Amino acid sequence: MPRRDDIHKILILGSGPIVIGQAAEFDYSGVQACKVLREEGYEVVLVNSNPATIMTDPEFADATYIEPLLAGPVAQVIERERPDALLGTLGGQTALNLSKELHDDGTLERYGVELIGANYDAIACAEDRDLFREAMAKAGLRMPNSEIVTSLDEARAAMTGANGQKGSLGLPCVVRPAFTLGGRGGGIAYTEEEFERIVAHGLEASPIGQVLLDESVIGWGEFELEVMRDHADNVVIVCSIENVDPMGVHTGDSVTVAPQQTLTDHLYQQLRDQAIAVIRAVGVETGGSNVQFAVNPDTDEILVIEMNPRVSRSSALASKATGFPIAKIAARLAVGYRLDEIDNDITGVTPACFEPTIDYVVVKWPRFAFEKFPSTDPTLTTHMKSVGEAMAIGRTFQQAFAKALRSRELDKTPSLAGVPDEQLLESLRTPTAARFETVLELLRRGASIDAVHEPTRIDPWFLRELRQLALEPDAPFAGERSFRSVDTCAAEFPARTPYYYSGWERTRANEVRRGERESVVILGSGPNRIGQGIEFDYCCVHAAMTVRASGRDAVMINCNPETVSTDYDTSDRLYFEPLTLEDVLAVVDVEKPLGVIVQFGGQTPLKLAAGLVDAGVPLLGTSVDAIDLAEDRARFGALLDSLGYKAPPYATAGSLQEALRCADLVGFPLIVRPSYVLGGRAMEIVYAHDGLADYLRREVLGAACAHDADPSRSPEGSPSIFLDRFLEDATEVDVDALCDGSDVWIGGIMQHVEEAGIHSGDSACVLPPHSLGEDMLEQIRAATRDIALAIGVVGLINVQYAIAAGELYVIEANPRASRTVPFVSKAVGLPLAKLACRIMLGERIADLGLPAARQGLGFGDHVSVKEAVLPFDRFEGSDALLGPEMRSTGEVMGIARDFPTAFAKAQAAAGVPLPQRGTVFITVTDSDKTGAFAIAQSLHECGFRIVATRGTAEAIARMGVPALAINKIAEGSPHVLDWIERRDVDLVVNTPTGVGARSDGYEIRRAAVAHGIPCLTTLAAGISAARAIASAHRNGGVGGIPVLCLQELHGQRVA
Amino acid sequence: MSDATAYVLLEDGTRFDGEACGAASSPEGDGHAVGEIVFTTGMSGYQESMTDPSFAGQLIAYTYPHVGNYGASSQAMESERAWARAAIMREACNREDAPSAERGWLDWLRDCGVQAISGVDTRTLVMHIREAGAMRGGVFPAAMSEAHARELIDAEPPMAGQDLAQLVTPAHVSRHGYGDGGDPAGRSGGGDGPRIAVIDTGIKASMVRELVARGARVSLHPCTASAEELLAEDPDAVFLSNGPGDPAALSYIVDTVRAIVGKKPVWGICLGHQLLCRAVGLETFKLPFGHHGANHPVRDLQTGRVEITSQNHGFAALGPGGARTIDSDEPVRWDTDFGAAQLSHVNLYDRTVEGLELLEVPGGTVQYHPEAGPGPHDSLYLFDRFLERIAQAV
Repeated sequence: MPRRDDIHKILILGSGPIVIGQAAEFDYSGVQACKVLREEGYEVVLVNSNPATIMTDPEFADATYIEPLLAGPVAQVIERERPDALLGTLGGQTALNLSKELHDDGTLERYGVELIGANYDAIACAEDRDLFREAMAKAGLRMPNSEIVTSLDEARAAMTGANGQKGSLGLPCVVRPAFTLGGRGGGIAYTEEEFERIVAHGLEASPIGQVLLDESVIGWGEFELEVMRDHADNVVIVCSIENVDPMGVHTGDSVTVAPQQTLTDHLYQQLRDQAIAVIRAVGVETGGSNVQFAVNPDTDEILVIEMNPRVSRSSALASKATGFPIAKIAARLAVGYRLDEIDNDITGVTPACFEPTIDYVVVKWPRFAFEKFPSTDPTLTTHMKSVGEAMAIGRTFQQAFAKALRSRELDKTPSLAGVPDEQLLESLRTPTAARFETVLELLRRGASIDAVHEPTRIDPWFLRELRQLALEPDAPFAGERSFRSVDTCAAEFPARTPYYYSGWERTRANEVRRGERESVVILGSGPNRIGQGIEFDYCCVHAAMTVRASGRDAVMINCNPETVSTDYDTSDRLYFEPLTLEDVLAVVDVEKPLGVIVQFGGQTPLKLAAGLVDAGVPLLGTSVDAIDLAEDRARFGALLDSLGYKAPPYATAGSLQEALRCADLVGFPLIVRPSYVLGGRAMEIVYAHDGLADYLRREVLGAACAHDADPSRSPEGSPSIFLDRFLEDATEVDVDALCDGSDVWIGGIMQHVEEAGIHSGDSACVLPPHSLGEDMLEQIRAATRDIALAIGVVGLINVQYAIAAGELYVIEANPRASRTVPFVSKAVGLPLAKLACRIMLGERIADLGLPAARQGLGFGDHVSVKEAVLPFDRFEGSDALLGPEMRSTGEVMGIARDFPTAFAKAQAAAGVPLPQRGTVFITVTDSDKTGAFAIAQSLHECGFRIVATRGTAEAIARMGVPALAINKIAEGSPHVLDWIERRDVDLVVNTPTGVGARSDGYEIRRAAVAHGIPCLTTLAAGISAARAIASAHRNGGVGGIPVLCLQELHGQRVA
Repeated sequence: MSDATAYVLLEDGTRFDGEACGAASSPEGDGHAVGEIVFTTGMSGYQESMTDPSFAGQLIAYTYPHVGNYGASSQAMESERAWARAAIMREACNREDAPSAERGWLDWLRDCGVQAISGVDTRTLVMHIREAGAMRGGVFPAAMSEAHARELIDAEPPMAGQDLAQLVTPAHVSRHGYGDGGDPAGRSGGGDGPRIAVIDTGIKASMVRELVARGARVSLHPCTASAEELLAEDPDAVFLSNGPGDPAALSYIVDTVRAIVGKKPVWGICLGHQLLCRAVGLETFKLPFGHHGANHPVRDLQTGRVEITSQNHGFAALGPGGARTIDSDEPVRWDTDFGAAQLSHVNLYDRTVEGLELLEVPGGTVQYHPEAGPGPHDSLYLFDRFLERIAQAV
């Protein structure tokens, strides 16, 4: 059957901000779906709150709504747009849950919207543990013994049994809360105490207060199959994935390999049969699903663990691993096509109704960020903690594994050289991020396969491969590097799509068909990590589009399987390769490009710039010397002096003693950081000598020791320490601008909501600025122009300013695409990255037809707020306090007609919607007490009850707002934590006092995060929140705030 | 990369170096193997392929780089011995401690006397065969001169025209599912199901297993058995098995089958399909590089459903009017010597004939491998359908 013609307009839901467990893969799948459905002639309406996505580019849908993914706003979109169908299987768990909610609350029925992709019953069956278990039992499939509990008492009964009978479960026991992302709030309990704690936590984390207790299959083999089914019941397996880490570590945190390596054909075919039985039993009529299995290696017993009735992180991986575009095909199936009616793009001559077979090995490595959350437990469990991933393709497992290792781009690899064998072996009992480094180190030292297998349960086949790799790390790369095609068919048919990886063969065997056209190589940003996320992929994709539009071939190099940039459709040629100098030069050697673009992929490509130039590779855009001019503190300081701009006093110290001496010259408070780290890592604000000394001991001395242990990592010798005066109570401003070397155009001026001192990536910001006068804006524009021209930028530049006591200070300048480029582009309605790329390809700003007026402020009567999304709820024990070190994983955007309303939207979209009524707890430092009163007054008028610690309560009451005083922790129960634990508080405003007084605040913030209570840690954010609450009040709640269509805002669509 | 100790040479002179393993690495070994080189795209099931009699006379190039990961075991035997002449691999391994393994893969190959070579750029080899077509070639020790190797290849007869059935067929009749316990497929039971006489041109154990599991009683006959001998058993049906070589060279079996069609229901798989086609007057031809793998989509025209199939054949039946491909999904018909035949299955990769049904006498065939071993189980229903047809015919 061809496409359905009874539907015309389709609503697609995105997945919202990047969070742990839900990342760029859903931008990739959403973009594929948008493209395909529009190709098929459907009108597409899109809702997603994440501005850094390609899917929210206005050209990818007919109507784009950057709105919170909540029932209220989406219902408004439905009412306004009247779509015929909702495709909710491409936006991860968020979209799936929201689709279910819109069905449950009657919205879909009211507006006659049909759920396509997975139907309601299938979603319910896959998501509800009871229904799923029942369906599996009916299909004759085994699952681990399990109990569903809704209270701690029920959990205890499942363990010990009720009425004297034995319970069905024992320890270890897997605890998984229902309806949470990536198993959030779950874990494995080995002891009774752990059991109690994890169950309690899980009950809290589950939106329906339900927790699943599973028979432990820790140590069993873990396999995933990606299944696709069409409405005619044709089913194919796209890919099998084997987790090298056996059961017990979340698949998102596991090193995984495709295809499966260790199962016999006999056993694999049983898994295949069962996966097909699962998708049929759950009733997913069209689309892709992911089915997870545990296989007991000794008995061949197979247990079904779970299934996702939607595209997933694993399906993105499977798509990139095989060349089979699951999301694209799922979208076609959803509108009525059968698998055999869809072409396989890669060959062009065979249908999509087949199973890819591959002649290479794919390895995926998770990327962790534990260094950002030092007080949390780095153990890997069933609760996902990684923030990104890198994938590598090789002709053999060892090639792929070694390439994946270098694709991770770790700042620092674990240093194990001095650790005794026994200690290393013991450490393997608990999986951590350093697990494979430990395994390799032990095998290199001669540990037996059995000795490593016993604590890890990693299949000996992998361990043997790893031993060879440990002993002869260069052996897999003997021979000649050969670029080979990813072709879905192991070369049985010629590949039409140029998607390449390098493998090493005895003699060179390149398959690249370069063609005659000029090419431009774009370097991607590698695995997502905190500080370098999807925003940079967005810029790289825009660069590819621009290069193609210029009539040249766009060539992409990247190793992140989640992204749009690694979709073979995005560029003319895709090289799925690590972003190291050696790997990039190999591509350059084949491509002989016009130039390489390093400006869009964040720090990753920028770090390669100098090496590329040394190798004689032409760079497009800003020169390496200009980059150095901006990054070298002394050179940049001199440049500012010559231009007459102020910067906060700073110093660079070569030793601890010197740092302590310099501190007085610079003046406290100080922002300190070691020179060798990027992205605000290990950056702190210190207020006095004590704090500085403590910091230096902890961060610099500690790190230096680790460096000494691994001399290869420390080429620069003793690290320098950067000290900068911290401007208190300053307002921070971010500017993104274009420069062609002689002309500058200001794209966006963003005012941070939080005061200076919070990393710009973690700070909410507003465009246009809500409290800067025209005079200051003009100063900022002038400074940006002067700096961009003086550096010699060709392309994009981001400049950060602080305004203290009415004076403008320059904090730093980055001559590259910044994290805020997509946000600015969507706020002002002009694609900055594309414009920058055109400049880099030789066009002048004067030729681009950009409006001269209102530079940096946007062109409509709307206000855009960007808010950061923080992963504190994932890292138990971490402090939710914002600081100079960036820790957010993603961002959302709120667009409205005024700042408070946009702020309210952004907060709601960020997942911590501001309450509409209830109780606010306020505790602030003395200097913030006046501001606190303003917050209290506004909230009081909205009907909030105000509670506060004694000093704050008294100050507020004195000014005329009733406030109830409650105890600090030290004052004894019932104290503030009891209030939070009892959920008697709906909103927390807690500003930290300077040094030393952070412990009460830490406990308060930790408890607030644990209970999902919004917690504002700066006065400015508190005031903005109070105004936002008032605005939402006027609209009858966040869901009542009018939704805005991007195309209408920017005049690209007639309303 | 280790030093080259062996090489693959194709009849057109293309050479790939690698390391000798399996029998090629045994101490006495200046061993070599020549024959037709084919590639299989299955990612698992290496031992099943090696022991499938259909690969007799051929050298298997595995497209999946890692071969041997889970060792060798008796469970994976599709016959009593290895039939392919060599294993050509990118990255072979000799693991023997896998849970199901009884022997390391390379040790097993050596035990079986199979020449093997690893470290070969199999992808380039496959691309070459894809473009140039299936051809003869061999695996040779590095010490052997290319000139000598060429002579050996030239001495090997081409696959077209070869009768390899006599090589793999049993010398004597054997019975399975009769409850006498003599079942090499590992299953026995005293079924009272239909009695099926098989012309054994190299039957895979999986086929016997699937028939017996459904209660059938199966007798395997040498391929030289006459129609009279087969009919003397008064079977409920005659089954034509898979097997190696060119169906056009097996006119004596074709004659036997011709004498049975119309008298007994006849069903065939793979070579059996080709033999039945020829017996009713249809033609077969050699495919450019054959179908060998576990991922080909085939449509069952009766239900419209697509199944993912296990494939292993180098020849195929021509469609009505001599067409090599069938462009529509219609159940097109042939006029045969036994009345009309109707297309029942078509390959969605290259649109070749994958099965047909005789409409006026009981009989039908499929070109691919519903018994799997190795490969997916999507088509096991064909055994049920076959037994139903027998029941209807009886």
